[in-house]
Amino acid sequence: MLQRTSYLTKRYGDSDGHTLAVYERDGGYQQAKRALQMDRAALIDEMKAANIRGRGGAGFPMGVKWSFMPWPPKPEKPHYLVINADEGEPGTFKDRTIMEKNPHSIVEGCIIGCFGIGAHAAYIYVRDELHLAKARLWEAIAEAKKKGYLGDKPFGIDYPVEVYVHTGAGAYICGEETSLLNSLEGKRGEPRLKPPFPAQAGAFGMPSTVNNLETIAIVPTALAMGGDNFSKLSAIHNLKDGGARLFGVSGHVNKPGIYECAVGLTLRELIYDLGGGVKGGELLAVIPGGSSCPILRAEEIVKAPDPKSPLHPYDGKSVLDVPLGVDTFRSLGTMLGTCCAIVLSDLADPVLAFHNLLQFYRHESCGQCTPCREGSAWLFRILDRIVQGEAEVAELDRLSEIASNIMGNTICAFGEGTAMPTLGFLLKFRRELEEFIVTKGKSGTRRLAL
Amino acid sequence: MPRGKQDRYSSRVGEKLFPVSKPVTLTIDGKTVSAKPGSTIWDAAREAGIDIPVLCHSPRLDPVGVCRMCVVDIGGRVLAASCVRPCEEGMNVVTKSEKVERHRSMLTELLMSDQPETCPKESTTGDSELAALARAYNVDGSRLPRGAARSSDTSSKVIAVNHQACILCDRCVRGCDDIQHNDVIGRTGKGYTTQIGFDLNQPMGQSSCVSCGECLAVCPTGALVNKPISLPIVPRKSLKQVDSVCPYCGVGCSLTYNVDESKNRIVYTDGRPSPVNHSRLCVKGRYGWDYAQHEQRLTHPLIRKSEYYPRGPLSPEVTSSRGGEHRKGSHLVRYEDVLPAFRQASWDEALDLVATRLKGIRDTFGPGSLAGFGSAKCSNEEAYVFQKLVRAVFGTNNVDHCTRLCHASSVAALLEGIGSGAVTNTFAGIEDADVALLIGTNTTANHPVAATFFKQAAARGTKLIVIDPRRPDVANYAHQYVRLRNSTDVAFYNAMLHVIIAENLVNEAYIKEYTSGFDALKAEVQKWSPEVAEPICGVPAETIREVARIYGKAKSAITFWGMGISQHTHGTDNARCLIALCLVTGNCGRPGTGLHPLRGQNNVQGASDAGLIPMMYPDYQRVTNPEVRARFEKAWGVPLDPNAGLTVTEITKGALEGRIKGMYCLGENPFLSDPNVNKVRKALSALDFLVVQDIFLTETAEFADVILPATSYLEKLGTYTNTDRRVQIGRPALKPPGEARLDWEIVSEISTRMGYPMKYQSPAEIFNELVSMTHEYRGLTYEVLGSTGRLWPAPDPAADDGLQILFDDGFPTPNRRGKMVPAAFEPPRETPDENYPFVLNTGRVLEHWHTGTMTRRSYALNAIAPEALIEVHPEDAMKLGVHNGDRVVVTSRRGSITLAVTVTTRTHEGSVFIPFHFREAAANVLTIDEIDPFGKIPEFKFCAVRVERAPESSAAAAE
Repeated sequence: MLQRTSYLTKRYGDSDGHTLAVYERDGGYQQAKRALQMDRAALIDEMKAANIRGRGGAGFPMGVKWSFMPWPPKPEKPHYLVINADEGEPGTFKDRTIMEKNPHSIVEGCIIGCFGIGAHAAYIYVRDELHLAKARLWEAIAEAKKKGYLGDKPFGIDYPVEVYVHTGAGAYICGEETSLLNSLEGKRGEPRLKPPFPAQAGAFGMPSTVNNLETIAIVPTALAMGGDNFSKLSAIHNLKDGGARLFGVSGHVNKPGIYECAVGLTLRELIYDLGGGVKGGELLAVIPGGSSCPILRAEEIVKAPDPKSPLHPYDGKSVLDVPLGVDTFRSLGTMLGTCCAIVLSDLADPVLAFHNLLQFYRHESCGQCTPCREGSAWLFRILDRIVQGEAEVAELDRLSEIASNIMGNTICAFGEGTAMPTLGFLLKFRRELEEFIVTKGKSGTRRLAL
Repeated sequence: MPRGKQDRYSSRVGEKLFPVSKPVTLTIDGKTVSAKPGSTIWDAAREAGIDIPVLCHSPRLDPVGVCRMCVVDIGGRVLAASCVRPCEEGMNVVTKSEKVERHRSMLTELLMSDQPETCPKESTTGDSELAALARAYNVDGSRLPRGAARSSDTSSKVIAVNHQACILCDRCVRGCDDIQHNDVIGRTGKGYTTQIGFDLNQPMGQSSCVSCGECLAVCPTGALVNKPISLPIVPRKSLKQVDSVCPYCGVGCSLTYNVDESKNRIVYTDGRPSPVNHSRLCVKGRYGWDYAQHEQRLTHPLIRKSEYYPRGPLSPEVTSSRGGEHRKGSHLVRYEDVLPAFRQASWDEALDLVATRLKGIRDTFGPGSLAGFGSAKCSNEEAYVFQKLVRAVFGTNNVDHCTRLCHASSVAALLEGIGSGAVTNTFAGIEDADVALLIGTNTTANHPVAATFFKQAAARGTKLIVIDPRRPDVANYAHQYVRLRNSTDVAFYNAMLHVIIAENLVNEAYIKEYTSGFDALKAEVQKWSPEVAEPICGVPAETIREVARIYGKAKSAITFWGMGISQHTHGTDNARCLIALCLVTGNCGRPGTGLHPLRGQNNVQGASDAGLIPMMYPDYQRVTNPEVRARFEKAWGVPLDPNAGLTVTEITKGALEGRIKGMYCLGENPFLSDPNVNKVRKALSALDFLVVQDIFLTETAEFADVILPATSYLEKLGTYTNTDRRVQIGRPALKPPGEARLDWEIVSEISTRMGYPMKYQSPAEIFNELVSMTHEYRGLTYEVLGSTGRLWPAPDPAADDGLQILFDDGFPTPNRRGKMVPAAFEPPRETPDENYPFVLNTGRVLEHWHTGTMTRRSYALNAIAPEALIEVHPEDAMKLGVHNGDRVVVTSRRGSITLAVTVTTRTHEGSVFIPFHFREAAANVLTIDEIDPFGKIPEFKFCAVRVERAPESSAAAAE
């Protein structure tokens, strides 16, 4: 169901939209002021009711995550709020727009978030190359501080809050929350063993909550509307997947970009109604939410005869007509991820797309644990042999063998993020891959860009 | 610095996160296993005798779970890494399912596909853990395309790095960071291009690596291996393993020599598990053993030829150390300079000559005209027979050794204060301490393995307070580093005491129960407010207060000190202050407390215990005490000298004045180790008869009438007592060269030939006699000492070890109280002036040992640190117009030397530092022979010098 909203994007077209004055004109910072006078439990309940599923890819309910923090905070163990703005997933570019065009929603979200988890400091971890985003955040923090919304007594209320921007040097792995924490602490960005989870020992060894940037930015909206009202914006509110969010579409579409809609939008609506349809040729396949999500082919049909499946209502329909939700897409065997779809036209060569993807994962593996470090390298190397016309069909099984060996066998989710799309491509494009190998690439279009 | 390690709070998974107190019961491979609280699946399986293969984990390291080889099936969606997964109640673990084995086989295959064709480990020690796994899973990696070749790094003198063989298991990173705390190794790059890197990815040989070799000791593949030193490296099973103890510093690390018996060579060394060093070693222990095989070893007795009389120095470096002659000296004595002066002799001839001459001098000039220098490098047994020879046969107490030059003042203060000269707690005892004072100790260079315990304690939360005018590397790990002006210690500690008393941080109950002299101390330190001390010691009053408060408020505080405290004319006063600090705060006799002067030589504790001191028989029994003397007279069957003998420095003076006529030097090299070398030269030349017993022809031996070839440490059996009071057995690894003989045999022979038969059959027999004459060694035998030795005192033979912590209920003084002795501040004897504007501080470097006799003949150690350097502060270097590597002439009132400059902020403005190991630029040419009135220790740490550009370098600059 296509329902455009403008909670975060209202001021995107306004050249002064990022300023405090404009933000306040629309009622900005009222929710932060209100939150600081609320009962903490009531705030968490609101957030739980809002059914904000984490926007960073894993889709964990945000209110529940906040409630994991130890309570009450011990004086010797300060809590920290850490905002993950290390947006690096191929095809994903939504957080950047919020930082550039609506930074005060983030600062306000941080104030509410800090209060919700008992922290007095929030760190926003931003990729260093996002120069405008950093500048806008720094500006927004300075404005809020000057106005007395941050500092020792925000809004005159005795609950100190500071927000800091920390710049990372731009490694995909630093989007993994524990790598991000290491990097924030000045260490090499490599994932930590879990447990302990960040709520037990996060930033600087202290209890911490790591939220995606969009997740924290939508918090003032959800609080303003009331959790339940916010959640009900969604067409799949019944699946505890509430509210509105940013949807992205890129690749072979006529109008790539970021579109804010109520949750429940379908891929068909995203590609054709918002994205302006496939650019050149017909839809071959789509990666629904960032490159780690296994690819879906356009002709796939939902099979969900079990009434208990969240997909049951769409049994027999095209996958393109399934609402984009955390649980619906998980049931499809893929993931919603960051909700930023990558569209592949049938004029493009899926083998080259696969090759491109694996090159990225080989490059971004942190190198800490063996299956991922070695596995991602060998996956790419074998695919490279395929593209060069040197491989044999039997090597496809080796790809599958190596990818399966990575699954569930690494310290962080990066390994699975590499293995899942690999296994997805192998499953969905086995025929194309075999033909490509046999014909040494003559069967493919040998084009990736159109 | 690239860091690739997990943090502590995230790595000790089992213990920290699941602090369960009860053991848990689980099933592993169908076996019911009861696991210790908090243990991991891997630990529990190991206890139950189930072997789970692993590459990244080792029991010596915190697990990180990166290799994923140890995965097991616990019935979940994914496999669990057993090395990091804590046991849970009722868990059902399968360690060898088909799925698990498939995973392991695949991983091994992936890793093998990039291994070099010739594995540096398989082709040498033959114990690559990866290769063993590959054999077990029958994979070789040939099914997969090889990646791009990776480089090798051979820049280190002792360790070869092969990145192609590296599997990034992180063991070396943790070995370097968590075991040795050197923090050199990390990971660089990312993903498949990740490599281990040194510092900021420098070649290993140019990095801050200290060559301790811990990385290669833990490496499971051929990525990090020893470079061969004496012979090509071969598997351990084809060599003989000799469990021994390191011959260098007072830490006394347990190690195993891997020996090729047929070629009589040590091939390589491994650290050995023991309470002393937990298998850790430093560069000297791991690589500094080939000196024993050096071509310059003495193999026959030598007698000075008649045409080389009157006796005097032979080599140019020893003949003149005066300024003016600025040619670069040789790092080793050139035998062509010295050997022509001697002729080979038979043992009989040499021994008879020695016995006759010594006897002649004794009978003509009286027993007091003879003296003996023993050595803290020799065993307890050798020290015992040597002092027995001097006392019972020479008939004098003129016997001393190099303890005089290191901790004599500490021992004097300790004996006076707490009735015992030994440490009250071990260095590893720091792990229980809240606060540790490290004073005047460059621990990472001089006691490197003890330093690893200090750094580890710091990482776990012990606050290190490092006090030293020259910033030691251990200050990098300190909570607070205090740079005080050279030789102003008493002012500083009196001010600390002032604050502790003024702010009532004292332990009144302890003072009342266990101490005396508090009022006198209080009266003295009353005058020393931090504001009074500040202009003297150059430390802000607030810093003094802060340090005093940290120490005073600590629940447990331990004090370590080195020669920065002792080697002063007020060394005893310095130590008195530290003892007073300890007593007023009651920091003694409990875990995490105590007084620990870090002993320098491997057996300086033991040589002192065995009586190699002019005023004491074995076990610190005074020679002036008639009862004690009577007991020794009875045991040895001869009347003994009732007066205390002369110390090292007094013997030199005596020789110069003609009172000492004959001298026996066993393993001591006073020419380089004693202050004011030019005076020592005159003294040695003035002797009527000098016999030197050593393994090389030392600088001192150039003056000798007779030189007796002795056995090196590596060729003999004996016991050695480390800084902790741990008595350990050193075992022979090599056969002695030529006709070289065991030291105790030579001493016994001389004794017998002088008319006092010594008929010992073995070191054990001597040890038993020594033990029978002491109180503290009672209960010790070679059998009891076993492989890891035992701390003295060991009152309970059935216990695992002797006592770690002494004096929990009073001190061995007549009133059972510790005595506080107030110390008045005195400036050093020779302060800088217009002509000699710099303060000279001396000490050591990591790679070398004392006069360099051993280490400069060790290939690796000499290769790493080949040259004498003077440390100059950048500001001073600018004023002098000198840069790194420029040669300068350093002159004191006693002599001058020429050496190269290293510019560093380690030393402070107005002060320079020279290590004393280097014969071609002997620091002791410059030092002053003023001594502490109580400990008789020379002031090595302070004299005034002038520094000027050397003429060559100015000439070179002009060109």
